[in-house]
Amino acid sequence: MNMARRLAGIVLFAAAGVALAEGGAPLLPAPGVRSFERDASLQRGARDFANYCLNCHSAQYMRYNRLTDLGLSEEQIEHNLMFATDKIGGTMTVAMSRSDASAWLGTPPPDLTVEARVRGRDWLYSYLLAFYRDDGSVTGWNNLVFPNVAMPHVLWNLSGTQKLVETQYEDQEKAEAAAIAAKSLALMEPAGGGKYVVKTLAANTPGTLSKVEYEKFASDLVNYLDYISEPVKNDRINIGIVVLIFLGVLFALVYSLKRDYWKEVH
Amino acid sequence: MQKLLNWIDDRFPLTKLWEDQWGKYVAPKNFNFWYYFGSLAAFVLVMQIVTGIFLTMSYKADATKAFESIEYIMRDVSGGWLIRYMHSTGASAFFLVVYLHMFRGLLYGSYRKPRELLWVIGCFIFLALMAEGFFGYLLPWGQMSYWGAQVIVNLFSTVPFVGDALGTWIRGDYTISDVTLNRFFAFHVVAVPLVLLVLVAVHLMALHEVGSNNPDGIEIKKQPKDPKTGIYLDGIYSHPYYTIKDLVGVVFFLAIFSIVVFFLPDVGGYFIEANNFIPADPLKTPEHIAPVWYFTPYYAILRAVPSKLIPFVPPTQFYGVLAMTASVVIFIFLPWLDRGAVKSIRYRGTLYKSWLAIFVVCFLVLGYLGTVPVTVWGQFTGGWADALDTKDRATWLARLLTLFYFLFFVLMPWYTVRDRTKPVPERVT
Repeated sequence: MNMARRLAGIVLFAAAGVALAEGGAPLLPAPGVRSFERDASLQRGARDFANYCLNCHSAQYMRYNRLTDLGLSEEQIEHNLMFATDKIGGTMTVAMSRSDASAWLGTPPPDLTVEARVRGRDWLYSYLLAFYRDDGSVTGWNNLVFPNVAMPHVLWNLSGTQKLVETQYEDQEKAEAAAIAAKSLALMEPAGGGKYVVKTLAANTPGTLSKVEYEKFASDLVNYLDYISEPVKNDRINIGIVVLIFLGVLFALVYSLKRDYWKEVH
Repeated sequence: MQKLLNWIDDRFPLTKLWEDQWGKYVAPKNFNFWYYFGSLAAFVLVMQIVTGIFLTMSYKADATKAFESIEYIMRDVSGGWLIRYMHSTGASAFFLVVYLHMFRGLLYGSYRKPRELLWVIGCFIFLALMAEGFFGYLLPWGQMSYWGAQVIVNLFSTVPFVGDALGTWIRGDYTISDVTLNRFFAFHVVAVPLVLLVLVAVHLMALHEVGSNNPDGIEIKKQPKDPKTGIYLDGIYSHPYYTIKDLVGVVFFLAIFSIVVFFLPDVGGYFIEANNFIPADPLKTPEHIAPVWYFTPYYAILRAVPSKLIPFVPPTQFYGVLAMTASVVIFIFLPWLDRGAVKSIRYRGTLYKSWLAIFVVCFLVLGYLGTVPVTVWGQFTGGWADALDTKDRATWLARLLTLFYFLFFVLMPWYTVRDRTKPVPERVT
């Protein structure tokens, strides 16, 4: 009984482990990836990361030759993904120094090696879909998941542009219902006098990718960021299964040995 | 082989040492589930030392390289990720088994005469373990490492008169810096482990001197010896019986441990926090700073105590610091606070059982409250709330729980005597 109480406490601890949001919209779930699609998705993610992100954002703890994990040969990596170095064992650094970045952009773009472990997959996915035009901001862009973010929407060519739609509701209940009914990114904010505003996004101008294609693009990128945040994750899980099977067999042996010894104890 | 052993025994009491400490040590035969955690704690200690040695081979105790060296271990060192996850999971596992081990003491009165000193040594091990956990947590040099250490060292700065100097002396700087990292590294890998090892050795020697308690709280040494075996009637040789039984416990523990290490090493941010994947930044305070789960009950107590307690004295967190210290140190006095006629919960009355249940609830809920911001349940509203020094509901609950946490100890001399105990049998059940 006391043991059960302790265990209940542990479960309670774990259940409370919801990351604290920074005042942005509730997140969309990042689509999962099935194992047979995994390498292809990660390869596309690597391509897109090298082409679109790896100019401002570094991944300074990730080595290029580690990408052989994804079924790529060193030659393929050298010819297609390495723009900033010719050393295959080098890490994914960028030429822009942190002090320059601070001066140009206000804040240096964060290194993305372990960003997926800081933010989580859902946050990254939602963030990539949450940019909209905002003439009031310095960059001309804003983000529903990360309000007033310093980063402009560098992928707008692909995604097209979105605009903010604000709808006012009489009370909290109606606003909540509308936010849920939107089935998309929706941020609810009090508007004074007991009223609430629900902010959603609507397509403005089309990009070179369709909505579905851009979502696929974002999810490939998220899969890739998730992978580089812990390249060993897949191996870890596979090894874990073997270890647990081994421990299961060992437990059966040790337990029967114990039973045998304790037979004589009364 | 026997010749070699004889040669050694003539010069060093090897056989005697083995037989006194384990080989011919007689333990009660009725140990239950709760008696696995002592040997498990020893097992985790060894695991932490071994994995720690390997981590030290690749870790750089340098503020500009520490974070990077952890990622180097996770990516480029062969098996480095496994060693690191074992060590980070091992830290939490250590506290978990030690808490369960201590709770066993509360259940069966293991701290009662003649085991007072055994318990006190154990409390010192717990204190050393807390120091070890605290020093080690700075080493990854992430945001939570940095700001966690900042908060804890600032506690020392609340000491009246000498506080500021004390804080600077501990850090070796005016803020947590490279100097602090290096000294914490020295404490974590050399000083505290030495203290821990010595204390654990003393703890085991004391245990094997007085003998183990058991779930019935009966002294088996007061019984006659079995004429056939020559040992106490309810006793049994540790070896091979408990050797093999503890081995079952170790394998079972390893299975649970492996589930964490291989499938959820972060445990939703409780063993490894998301914020600790951001390198330490002295200019950017995280929104919410919370210690690792094993410190949160005491942290909640610290936050619960009002800074304005004594009229005309300027507000200070020092009261909270005193309460937090007391909440940990008070365990040492249990042997003298408990005046019950029986040791084991099996023969205690409703009073002790109720108080123990209250204590467990306080400990767990305080542990939860320590992980979340004080605003988690919102604030009291209404005119009467203006009279309060804080309107946060969670703070008021934490205050109530803190009160009962301490009442468990303070009222113990009273309720253990008043308790209606049951008669204790002659032999173990």
